[in-house]
Amino acid sequence: MTDQRWPAALAEARLHVVSGKGGTGKTTLAAALALALAAGGRRTLLVEVEGRQGIAQVFDTPPLPYAEQRIAVAPDGGEVRGLSVDAEAALLEYLEMFYNLGLAGRTLRRMGAIEFATTLAPGLRDVLLTGKVKECVGRTVGEDRRGGRRVPLYDAVVLDAPPTGRVVKFLDVTKAMGSLARTGPIHSQSEGVVELLHSPQTAVHLVTQLEDLPVQETLDTVDEIREAGLPMGAVLVNRVRPSRLPATALTGAATGAGLGAGLRSGLEAAGLFLKDDEVDGLVSETVEHAERVQVEAAVRSRLDAAGLPQLELPELTEGVDLGGIYELAELLREQGVR
Amino acid sequence: MADQRPGRPRHLDLDELLTDRATKVLVCCGSGGVGKTTTAASLALRAAEHGRRVVVLTIDPARRLAQSLGLEELDNEPRTVPGALPPGSGGELQAMMLDMRRTFDEMVAGHTTPERAQAIFDNPFYQTISTSFSGTQEYMAMEKLGQLTATGTWDLVVVDTPPSRSALDFLDAPQRLSSFLDGRMIRLLSAPARAGGNAFRKLVGSTFNLFAKAVSTILGGQMLADASAFVQAFDTLFGGFQERANTTYQLLRAPGTAFVVVAAPEPDALREASYFVERLSAEKMPLAGLVLNRTHPVHATLSGARAREGAETLEASRGDRVELRSAPSPDDELAAAVLRLHADRVETAERERRVLGRFTRAHPTVPIVDVPAMATDVHDLEGLREIGRRLAS
Repeated sequence: MTDQRWPAALAEARLHVVSGKGGTGKTTLAAALALALAAGGRRTLLVEVEGRQGIAQVFDTPPLPYAEQRIAVAPDGGEVRGLSVDAEAALLEYLEMFYNLGLAGRTLRRMGAIEFATTLAPGLRDVLLTGKVKECVGRTVGEDRRGGRRVPLYDAVVLDAPPTGRVVKFLDVTKAMGSLARTGPIHSQSEGVVELLHSPQTAVHLVTQLEDLPVQETLDTVDEIREAGLPMGAVLVNRVRPSRLPATALTGAATGAGLGAGLRSGLEAAGLFLKDDEVDGLVSETVEHAERVQVEAAVRSRLDAAGLPQLELPELTEGVDLGGIYELAELLREQGVR
Repeated sequence: MADQRPGRPRHLDLDELLTDRATKVLVCCGSGGVGKTTTAASLALRAAEHGRRVVVLTIDPARRLAQSLGLEELDNEPRTVPGALPPGSGGELQAMMLDMRRTFDEMVAGHTTPERAQAIFDNPFYQTISTSFSGTQEYMAMEKLGQLTATGTWDLVVVDTPPSRSALDFLDAPQRLSSFLDGRMIRLLSAPARAGGNAFRKLVGSTFNLFAKAVSTILGGQMLADASAFVQAFDTLFGGFQERANTTYQLLRAPGTAFVVVAAPEPDALREASYFVERLSAEKMPLAGLVLNRTHPVHATLSGARAREGAETLEASRGDRVELRSAPSPDDELAAAVLRLHADRVETAERERRVLGRFTRAHPTVPIVDVPAMATDVHDLEGLREIGRRLAS
């Protein structure tokens, strides 16, 4: 049986791109996804490209250098590595590889020449960053003793991508290449990046919350992603709060009408004899909650209409710490992520 | 009152700030997704309601917020917000949305002859710089702010800052663009052998030549040629630009300017706010305080533990009723739900206080106002007015 929340096609993907409106928990869910995909003794890589050190903050480790290093271990022996890609370091890596610049690279960096080159052509930054990601996805290790076949180093790579406003531009490497030379090593590698990003090996997931603006932005981005011919993955609905109110009470509660009397008798049955202003306070909290539940229902139906696989993650009221990431990863597994 | 208790941050009185005639520029900054634009628009509206002549410069407002401000037209000029104020109120509210390309064009045109300006506009490289260079938006927001204050038409300019990945980008970007445009590097790259003189050549010499060759292979010779032509054409303007950027920078330090840092009660947003507060203080730029957006204060003093206990009592008795096949009481069901809700809310409020606590321990003197979350997003003037009331309370 295939779980529609995480269809078989997504289980095949090896590059999971995670984007979302700022503030919706994009980095947190990218981390949880990398951890969920590492279950079962697998190895995953979590990559960030905006130099924010978000991965280090989420996993409570010192800032990541430009090198892949282990940041977490899955409960049953899998491993998550983290990498913070920096465009300038990636450019230096290229120059060293193809032009044998060696130690001089550092001098160039000190002079500001490397930064200058990456700012000269804004598209170059994106090409370099996605190029590095592609290299990680394609990297193989060892040799299978029998067949002599090399196996991928990472079972999956999760990219904590730029937010929705910029993500399609970031992934549209074809366009970015337009500003670069038509030959040369970076150009030929970029062709490989384009191929990877437009193949079923990639899935672009969007993190959202059940609020008006984030959902609108998600739907707009879904259109953009499809228009650019990128493979759309799942929508990760974050911070879903339980609806505490019984359905019958909901409609009335949104207006606050007649909530007081029944509530007081119920509270007394619980042994709570509260002053009027306390009861009023509880009523106004309930009204706010009911209003929010109604908004959530409305935006949820707009989201459903997009017909995309959806996963839900609850709001962790105590906040997200390392334990929270493990909890979210577990919940992703329960919804079929593998 | 409560604000005088030790350990509690000072209360940020925004009405006092907005009605103070000495406040001439108000800059709203903070990381993305915290409600900066809405805050800027609400503050502008509130100041106008207090009788001030206000213009709000928004950078990239959500569509419906833009509509509510009457910003359907994109002509890079402020327009009166229809229906914002009752006639004859004395105040005035205008709004505009930044068009960075046009602002850049106007800046170029204002500094040179029409022929030279045209040569710059025609350069393909100018098109890259004026639309997609990281930092152009920030630079142009500052340029526009300078223009708006220079006209003297308004007595308060409220400015929203670009949705950059970090709140600090907006202070650094103009500098970054300036150092890019100063042209030293581009001259080296396009003609490394001639530029820089002997001493420099000895220092980096062949390495740089190799690098220039590599870069031109990557970027293409044409791009370097365009970039070089652009920088040469720009050279004559450059002094003027630099001076202008400096003037705006000075304006940000001037006594009539106040910064409001906006954050949500989340660790990331408050961390950014912290960096920003430190940076403003290092730059001697005047910080008015922190707006903590979308908080969830509790409305009843009942403790979370007692609420949870009460809910459990009711749920247990409901269990008994089910066994006895008698109908569950709707009042009990409602009360149990309300108590659970309250317990959640207490927990959320505690987390928000803890997160804020980290900020206030580092910055105990920064005044703070919190703005309780609204159930729905703001997309009309009435919503902005309500946010304004919450901001000023």
